Amino acid sequence: MMGTALIEARDLRVTFEIRRGSDLPWQEPPKLRAVNGVSFALEQGKTLGIVGESGCGKSTLARALIRMLPAEGEVIWQGQTDLLPLNPRQMLKYRSDIQMIFQDPLASLDPRMTVGEIIAEPLRTHRPKMGGRERKEKVREVMQKVGLLPNQINRYPHEFSGGQCQRIGIARALVVEPKLLICDEPVSALDVSIQAQVIALLEDLRRDLGLTIIFIAHDLSVVRHVCDEVMVLYLGRMMEAGPTEKLFAAPQHPYTQALLSAVPIPDPEVERRKKLIALEGDLPSPLNPPSGCPLRNRCPRATELCASTPPTEQVEGRAVFCHHPGPAPELQAVLAES
Amino acid sequence: MALLDVTDLNVRFDTQEGEVHAVNGVSFALEKGEALGIVGESGSGKSQLSFSILGLLAPNGKASGSVRFDGREILNLPESALNKIRADRIAMVFQDPMTALNPYMRISDQMAETLMLHKGLSKRDAIAQAVSMLDAVKIPDAKNRVRLFPHEFSGGMRQRVMIAMALLCKPDVLIADEPTTALDVTVQAQIMDLLGDLRRELGMATVLITHDLGVVAGFCERAIVMYGGQVMEQSPIDPLFAQPTHPYTRGLLAALPRLDHDSKMTPIRGNPPNMTGAPTGCPFCPRCDFVEDICHRTMPPLEGFADGRLRACHRSVDFIEEAA
Repeated sequence: MMGTALIEARDLRVTFEIRRGSDLPWQEPPKLRAVNGVSFALEQGKTLGIVGESGCGKSTLARALIRMLPAEGEVIWQGQTDLLPLNPRQMLKYRSDIQMIFQDPLASLDPRMTVGEIIAEPLRTHRPKMGGRERKEKVREVMQKVGLLPNQINRYPHEFSGGQCQRIGIARALVVEPKLLICDEPVSALDVSIQAQVIALLEDLRRDLGLTIIFIAHDLSVVRHVCDEVMVLYLGRMMEAGPTEKLFAAPQHPYTQALLSAVPIPDPEVERRKKLIALEGDLPSPLNPPSGCPLRNRCPRATELCASTPPTEQVEGRAVFCHHPGPAPELQAVLAES
Repeated sequence: MALLDVTDLNVRFDTQEGEVHAVNGVSFALEKGEALGIVGESGSGKSQLSFSILGLLAPNGKASGSVRFDGREILNLPESALNKIRADRIAMVFQDPMTALNPYMRISDQMAETLMLHKGLSKRDAIAQAVSMLDAVKIPDAKNRVRLFPHEFSGGMRQRVMIAMALLCKPDVLIADEPTTALDVTVQAQIMDLLGDLRRELGMATVLITHDLGVVAGFCERAIVMYGGQVMEQSPIDPLFAQPTHPYTRGLLAALPRLDHDSKMTPIRGNPPNMTGAPTGCPFCPRCDFVEDICHRTMPPLEGFADGRLRACHRSVDFIEEAA
């Protein structure tokens, strides 16, 4: 996979220093490791799903990739350039290649700009030589592509429904013809019927434009439907990563299993058979994660080894970061169903 | 006689844009101890329906029709009469536990208040009961944590506190409005398990209001599917999921991704309806694949067609199944 990857992250880390009012000036502020040693390589045209519960670092990871946050490690673009050390001017060249769409469709659009202005804005930044007429033509074209009517070009965001606002966000991202689209919970604020519309649109665009997509979501059913590869995060660390089919058919990591067992399935018969694999207690504070494996104080398989040594990658057709990987029979009965 | 009998319930809001018809002629009955789901997307009127039952509508809202609880009309009762029913006989759990709890009050005080008001307990006894209820919802170390403020709990724990508070007076009916929407899936699964256990133990009828068909499949015995303020389909859950008969229910299920096998995620075309002004015809008709002329003019009545099943559609079940 190396070399052919469009984007590759190597040992990516994002650390926040949390200064509290009660700290004395000479005290070292506590460090919150929001993303801790994440690596992946994503090929052109593929979709990577990043899943996990709130606070697992999935949005922070996305923001680190596009340098909205300072990060350590390496982010290799097209096998050549490390994006992290670039200064803002050098980075500008790559910014139009990597675009992002956000969770809250209305909040991510400037309420005082018309739809046309919103979609044209990236062109003004990244294609400054483009003339006004050509720009307008381009905006109309992309609006059509995402299912907006070109005669809506002078309307304002508040005149649109949530699903349509998300289409505007997608149009804005696509107008500069990016290679990589990062979608941060793009459908979680939308109703079921509209969610399916936006997913269908993203899939069409991926096929037609050869887009590579990083898809961040907490809804595992959507991820299974959309993604080629999946990475499961917990407290900023990778738990399990691999091809979607394998990972969903037979998860090996106890956290992935707990997560999958908790997803409600719209079928009363399956729901009655399904058993919840519960994790004990609450998510620990990310400021003070457990030693060794971050899951170990909630994990049914934890041993002394888990407390002393962080698990390293074990490859079984995928990456599993666990000292005791293996299938969960009670979950397998539900997943094998098809 | 049903425990809760809702007949031809309408909810209207006066707004600057005109009159919003949030709920239009909804009727259903809730039996003792039953778990009923009310499913719908945003704007379907599912939350306003439940608010109107307990007299919790915003000041510009008006409810009409009939809600009989235990044989007695309770719709639009004065506050003083409603307060005797609220929390004591019919309790509610809200979506967002942070805004539903009072941030200035210790959990102990908030919980004791209910018991002192409705059961006339002393504060000491009330707090003791509050602690045992927190134990019942599996809050560890409840004895000490009852002294904490809402912000000192995690989201999942806060929702447990809300449930404990709602159950304090052992109500006959619990209305849970999207109780797990703000929570992560693992926490959601725990809360829904807990609600199911408590419902069975206390024999309490539960109305679960949600947009999530998966949660309905796991929790409810019967469900009502709402769209545009009207009931589209009403059915025990097994046949509802196995053979949905309303075009909207069918569309919803087809649009859902599945975790356990491949799914197509077929979208429903179009956008949600505008609820301003009186509805003409079926609210779903602009998005429906089976639409005919009459759908634009008259709302089909909700009629029984099989054991315990009702649907509101001009097209016959056979027609829809053959066309699909």
